[in-house]
Amino acid sequence: MKLAIASGKGGTGKSMVAANLAYTLSRTEPVTLVDCDVEEPNLHLFFPAPATTTEVTVPVPVVDETACQHCGLCEDFCQFGAMTVLSSRVLFFPELCHSCGGCMLVCPNDAICEVPKRIGTTTISTPPLNLKLISGMLDTGNPHAVPIIRAAKKLAEGDPLVICDTAPGTSCPVVETLDGCDACILVTESTPFGLHDLRLAVDVAARLGVPIGIVINRSDGKDQTTLEFCTDQDLEVMMTIPFEREIAAIQNRGDLLCRVQPEWQRAFTALLIKCKALAGGD
Amino acid sequence: MKLCFTAKGATLDSLSEDRFGRAPYFVIVESENGSFEAIQNPYADGAGGVGPKAAQVLIANNVKALISGQVGGNAKEVLAAAGIAMYIYNAGGSVKDAFDQFTKNTLVRS
Repeated sequence: MKLAIASGKGGTGKSMVAANLAYTLSRTEPVTLVDCDVEEPNLHLFFPAPATTTEVTVPVPVVDETACQHCGLCEDFCQFGAMTVLSSRVLFFPELCHSCGGCMLVCPNDAICEVPKRIGTTTISTPPLNLKLISGMLDTGNPHAVPIIRAAKKLAEGDPLVICDTAPGTSCPVVETLDGCDACILVTESTPFGLHDLRLAVDVAARLGVPIGIVINRSDGKDQTTLEFCTDQDLEVMMTIPFEREIAAIQNRGDLLCRVQPEWQRAFTALLIKCKALAGGD
Repeated sequence: MKLCFTAKGATLDSLSEDRFGRAPYFVIVESENGSFEAIQNPYADGAGGVGPKAAQVLIANNVKALISGQVGGNAKEVLAAAGIAMYIYNAGGSVKDAFDQFTKNTLVRS
């Protein structure tokens, strides 16, 4: 089963839920945890271990100026403004390029070939227990998170239980992470901001056809508005984590709630069972 | 010489627009005789890469100088490579006001 942890709003506790779920489950079965928040991956902080790093590259065009006739077809084709053809040379902006390969295909003079360009890395580590941690990391200054997420998810392919921690928001990185997942946990908080962004996240997951379950984090017991929304949308609140200073303190020192307070393991095990039911599995 | 002014509308009385790539209109004035034409910027609402795309419009229209509030890095690179001079006008007046400033040679080159 492939499970995504998303939220819409940032800072609701996606990584907290993902890390504790992975920690708890890995005590009894193999778990692959994929950090798809590639602009700010941080799950490795909970699971320090030596890691193997691999570069992620994307193909970008290189123009052979001796073969180029400066006809401008590549410029016309590029929807992202990455190619500008002047009378005697071609300007290429790699950060605008989406690596679609179209410029190479439309060139009538075979003047364009592709070369790999590094945009980030993936790392794999195997902290103790049955846990495999895969983290995608986008290089600073690079705008394209999606190829890194794709590479990180690919490393988890075929693994029996995969938990993907998404980036906040509802844009391309989140869509790429949710794509192909069997179920999705949306972590929210009972604030107007939490609910606003939860609505957006529910909309995205629903459009992708990924079944949704809700976790309310930092609950102060006044969750009525969120609960009403969930009832209205026919979404199950699978777990509620209270607003407690001790939980925040554990999290802030990079520890795991389920390690310090093992009684929480039962709740996270139950969360997986509910996710399996959502996904329509066993 | 063809001058391009970024504008919120399609006439010489239209307010100037500070942004280049996302300017609604490019008002192109012939400095010799003051005649002009306005081009609606097809990339004003584009998702990304609008700077170079807008610069390509200027190149295609044989513009020699751009007068705008601010020009982004990518657009600047294209315009410089194409030999199009850039001048800053961000006083918030009309295209006509910007044109007057240009002819008085009071604008700063970018």
